[in-house]
Amino acid sequence: MRRLMVLSCLLLLGSGILFGQEKDPTQERLKALEERIAALEAEVKALKANQPASPPEAEAATSVPVPAPAASTAAPAAAPEPAPQAASAAASTTPGQLPVYGGLSAASKVLNPDISVIGDFLGAVGRDPNRSVPTLEMHESEVGFQAIVDPYARADFFLTFGEQGVNLEEGYLTFTALPGGFVGKVGKMRSAFGIVNTLHNHVLPWTDRPLATENLVGGEDGINDAGLSVSRILPAPKDIFLEATAQVFRGDSGDVFHSTRRGDVLTVGHLRAYRDLTESTNLDLGASWARGHNDVGTGFRTQLFGANATLRWKPLRRAVYHSFLFRNEFFWSRREQLDSTQRAFGFYTAADYRLNQRWTIGGRYDRSGRADMASLTDSGFSPVITYWPSEFSQIRGQYRFTRYADGRSGNDFFMQFLFVLGAHGAHPF
Amino acid sequence: MDLGPRSLLRSTFAVAVVLAALVLTAPPLRAASKLKIVTATTDLAEFASEVGGDRVEVESIARGYQDPHFVEAKPSFLLKLRRADLLIVVGLQLEIGWLPPLITQCGNPNVQVNGNGYLDASQFAEILEKPTGVVTRAMGDVHPFGNPHYWLDPENGRRIAQGIEQKLAEMRPEDAAYFQQRFQDFGRRLTEAEKRWDAEMQPFRGRKVITYHRSWPNFLKRFGLTAAGEIEPRPGIPPSPGHTVDVIRLMRSENIKVILVEPYFDLKTPKAIARETGGQVVVLLPSVGGEKEVTDYFQLFDYDIDLLTRAFKATQ
Repeated sequence: MRRLMVLSCLLLLGSGILFGQEKDPTQERLKALEERIAALEAEVKALKANQPASPPEAEAATSVPVPAPAASTAAPAAAPEPAPQAASAAASTTPGQLPVYGGLSAASKVLNPDISVIGDFLGAVGRDPNRSVPTLEMHESEVGFQAIVDPYARADFFLTFGEQGVNLEEGYLTFTALPGGFVGKVGKMRSAFGIVNTLHNHVLPWTDRPLATENLVGGEDGINDAGLSVSRILPAPKDIFLEATAQVFRGDSGDVFHSTRRGDVLTVGHLRAYRDLTESTNLDLGASWARGHNDVGTGFRTQLFGANATLRWKPLRRAVYHSFLFRNEFFWSRREQLDSTQRAFGFYTAADYRLNQRWTIGGRYDRSGRADMASLTDSGFSPVITYWPSEFSQIRGQYRFTRYADGRSGNDFFMQFLFVLGAHGAHPF
Repeated sequence: MDLGPRSLLRSTFAVAVVLAALVLTAPPLRAASKLKIVTATTDLAEFASEVGGDRVEVESIARGYQDPHFVEAKPSFLLKLRRADLLIVVGLQLEIGWLPPLITQCGNPNVQVNGNGYLDASQFAEILEKPTGVVTRAMGDVHPFGNPHYWLDPENGRRIAQGIEQKLAEMRPEDAAYFQQRFQDFGRRLTEAEKRWDAEMQPFRGRKVITYHRSWPNFLKRFGLTAAGEIEPRPGIPPSPGHTVDVIRLMRSENIKVILVEPYFDLKTPKAIARETGGQVVVLLPSVGGEKEVTDYFQLFDYDIDLLTRAFKATQ
């Protein structure tokens, strides 16, 4: 009992506020009974509705035969309201199939895309002479719409709302049924340049993006442009996953690429190699290349090269509790300017360890030259701690120290709240 | 210096070269050999190989000792999926965290959702715990279409196997008789085994148990047991001290002695509860392959029922 008490105290410290509203067992059992009664009522109603002997009921219960699992939102209260068209639809009930209550509205939702909203609230204290982040900010609200378009393609839209203004973060069509094992994409998308460039803010293990991204690869939005993408898994020795991606974009991405004429397109190539070392450990390597025009003028180009390596560990029997990730990305920038060609280099190295179901700790070391003046090098580091009340919300704290090339330094503390509404998204990998 | 049109030309050329290289390395069309089946879980793989016999090659993505909600979307699974003729999934959003990106990226038109080689096994099974009324995530990581752990009722096992048999017969009509004969053989052995399992569980009908996660409604219903509560306060939410105390109180007041835990959950809280209540923790396997010796669907029930009956006897 003592151990339990100690455990209780410890856990309470972390979760007491959030889970203070646990109900007492009798109340909970009452609630469970109520739920069961409601369920039984719904079932009785459904059975009645299916009996040809009781036509009025059958008419009231609108019915669109829905494949078995989809019929679960049976809210009895919604049953009496169907419009006349719905009543006529009832005639087509296949015997033996359960009607859907509130069928008209339920049916109208069937083909709607999966909708999700992700809120990202960021608070900051401390001083940073070069990168200013507001004290309190609803940093980003991302709305996702995702659905299968037809037998050949699916589409994904991610709109990000700042406190002012909207941005189409991504909106693309993916061709999933191309011959020859190709996967094609058309639209606006985060380019396949490295790892961190492909990640949305809410799946990053930090509250910010690495210095190298800010200095060399287009900042928060990164290389994110309208264009075409083709990728394919390549033949490789057994157990090695090899994938090549080729992309062409219009050529506008933050401050890194700028297109002044139609011909100023941006091309990106990416090669990924992956191998399972054991069932819980794997190694992920990548090489990237990007070439486009910069904002000096149409004759001036920027080329980026990237290399990345990730080592992951996650024991299968305890996947919910422990995992470790070690990730490194290196960037080389070659930027043509009026007077010279600047060759800058930057990298970050980061690690995350999941302590238990709720807590993850991590850190990142940054170092990067500046694209337009390679001799200036900024560096910094960040420890990060993340708490997950559930799979659908997270609270994160991060300290960031930056030593800028001009000798000044920045000290920031960030506090981030992330929360997810709606469709269950894919877990980040 | 004006490089515009040339630059465009070169970019287009570069892309064309890459495309050509990719096309040239495309694999040859597959010959009519064994059907390649990939399943989300080991149990579905079992049904598929029971029915498909030597006419199919079956691989499961998840391992039996892995939490099927939290499989990782590893690229190595894409290598399996890209060559698959048939993908069989559990459905009901069990795999929602990892399977959709794999399907999108694998470049295999067959296994796309609702494609010719896509089979959702939940359509064949009896599904329990379909939520009624308002569904929100205040209920935890709730499955809005019902409990996806439905394969743990042998009758559902039979239904799924039959569904797979029909699908295989449709894909390979020339082998239809073979699949049917294999299914019937499976069904016969299952009927025999069910008699044995029912007899073993008969003395314990009506018993109540505590489970860690709601993985067992079909299993419990089949053998006349009830889950009085869960160690998770809500599905997917880790045990909280307040809820743990409630569970202890509940077990004492209703004289519940057996706690069922899946092999992928931490045993600390269940063991603490068992110590407080004089109960027993039973690590019951929800899937084939949960332990090395459990290599098929029959052994899965043999193993679970053996553990369970022993625990019931010990805590009588």
